[in-house]
Amino acid sequence: MVEGKKSVNFLRGILYLSPALILMAIFTFYPLFNTFIISFKEEYNYMTGKYAEWGFANYAKLFASGNIFRTCLVNTLVIVFVSVPLSIGLSLLIAVALNSIKPLQKFFQTIFFLPYVTNTIAIGMVFSVIFESHQGLANAIITEFGGNMINWLGGNIQATTIGKGFLDPNNAIFTPQWLTSMIVLMVYIIWNSLPFKILILLSALQGIDRQYYQAAQVDGTSKLRIFSKITVPLLSPQIFYLLITSFIGAFKEYTSVVAIFGNNAQSVGQRNNMATVVWYIYKKTKEGGTTMGYAAAGAVVLFVIIMFFTLINSIISKKRVHY
Amino acid sequence: MGIIILLLFVAFVVCMLVLKKTNVAYENFQRCKRGNVYIENADELIRREKIVKVVRYIICYAFLAALALFMILPFYWMIITSLKTEVEISLVKPTFFPKEFAWENYKYILNIKNYQIETSGSIRFNLWRLMYNTLVVGFFSTLGTLVTTVMAAFAFSRIKFAGREIIFTLFLATMMIPGEMMVISNYITVVKYMRGIDTYWSMIVPFLISVYYIYLLRQNFKQIPDELYYAAKVDGTSNFKYLLKIMIPIAMPTLITITILKLMGSWNAYVWPTMVTQSEDMRLISNGLRNSFSDSEGRSTQGRQMAAATAVLAPLLIMFIFLRRYIMRGVSRSGIKG
Repeated sequence: MVEGKKSVNFLRGILYLSPALILMAIFTFYPLFNTFIISFKEEYNYMTGKYAEWGFANYAKLFASGNIFRTCLVNTLVIVFVSVPLSIGLSLLIAVALNSIKPLQKFFQTIFFLPYVTNTIAIGMVFSVIFESHQGLANAIITEFGGNMINWLGGNIQATTIGKGFLDPNNAIFTPQWLTSMIVLMVYIIWNSLPFKILILLSALQGIDRQYYQAAQVDGTSKLRIFSKITVPLLSPQIFYLLITSFIGAFKEYTSVVAIFGNNAQSVGQRNNMATVVWYIYKKTKEGGTTMGYAAAGAVVLFVIIMFFTLINSIISKKRVHY
Repeated sequence: MGIIILLLFVAFVVCMLVLKKTNVAYENFQRCKRGNVYIENADELIRREKIVKVVRYIICYAFLAALALFMILPFYWMIITSLKTEVEISLVKPTFFPKEFAWENYKYILNIKNYQIETSGSIRFNLWRLMYNTLVVGFFSTLGTLVTTVMAAFAFSRIKFAGREIIFTLFLATMMIPGEMMVISNYITVVKYMRGIDTYWSMIVPFLISVYYIYLLRQNFKQIPDELYYAAKVDGTSNFKYLLKIMIPIAMPTLITITILKLMGSWNAYVWPTMVTQSEDMRLISNGLRNSFSDSEGRSTQGRQMAAATAVLAPLLIMFIFLRRYIMRGVSRSGIKG
């Protein structure tokens, strides 16, 4: 610890912190409050600084019927509640399987980590090629098994769509194109999020004391019981950490949507049907004019939702997590 | 192709059935051993136990291999599609390996010199210019981040002053807040007050600080024993020199990890660069890639698209091959609760 007089040390500390403090003040703390304020300014023009009135008008318009924001919210919630449990479950299985083998373990570990070091946009384009409506790889595999071609990303009418049977085509959001596009998006999001989770869970698994398993073996406990009564409870801090971070990450899903569906976030022949909350925020920010208020209101809504879920997660974790 | 998958599936089902049957025997066997009960067919049971083990391994490896295939597939498909000719790409049945390697897509991508608008209306993918922009932004933002991170981590770990813990907690709290809250106001700040549209610094300055890296380095600095500091003091070393000559070399692995992660971050940066650039000459690489191939072109440019994607991914993959240790350590560190 650096020695010295209290006042000298204070100056010293602030001096070393000054670059960080200045940058944080300009680009983190100030914007945080400013965004809150903007969200309450009706028809705020950011170039002139003029606005019509204070109030909740931006929020009211956000949730008014016919606004694309509703679609965005539904899409985001679907992404969160489908992709997060699936990817955590799958990565847990993979991590346990990886931990139980000896030969080739390093090899598999490297392969499973590979998607972490990729460019989201580039691989998103690859996925849109794989799920191409006609000659894509996905359709080639399906037709190989005698199935009908699926019109994954919308567009071509001749190709059959799996959603036709149980999704009402007149519904504004849940069209058949929406379902198939969402499946593609889910596959991509899960593919993209597995490496990080596997790495975290595997390094936690390798840190578990062998004694627990030996004790269980002596008692003749079945593998399934060992998994649910020893492995999962001992991993609960990591699982909880992953749950919170991936919840937050899934609520902010944006780049992967743009990577597959383009800047307008749509399946072919649809209008912005794959849009997410963050997509809405960025679109309204860039539009210029007086739309900045909607973007700010959208960001605050996102912030509140994320805080709410983080709070729930931590309440549950207090009861469930074994540290 | 289909037959192979079908066979794998059948094998999987058979394995599961065998496992279920032998598992019961295995559990009975375990129970017997505990009670020292005489077992008539001990050999038979031991044999079964071995089978269970083998089957379990087979299932394990099959499961991992199938998923590894799923992980690799997009990379594989990207590379082989980029090597196919336009004729081969437009076949009704896609081929799993190019009939002949066609390098024309790469020749096309690597030889673009300027941003011409294609006949289809989309912008040409000017790889070299985009790469140059990205490297400039990546280099300076990494350098700046290292400076701010080292200084802040030193203050947080070594200098005792009033309010230190409060500031640190405040910093950490910002990690919970979605970045979209900041992006809106930052956009106004940069565009309106700083006139930063189409400049390099507008893509660098807002990212010169990372709370997560400060946290990472602070943990590392804290592990360095105080005795080293006192020894340096006796020798008359100044604080700054101590930081430079002793703490930084000790924390080098962490600094390398930060450098790599930061460089990868700028290579993949998409949202902010899209917002603050309008001229095609100032785009970063992810951004340029997305804008260059519009959806309307369809299949005819798939080969070029995939060649461009490969060119964007290649530096990342090379980095991964040589520096895997640092990357994986930096990432796995974030999962350990500190």
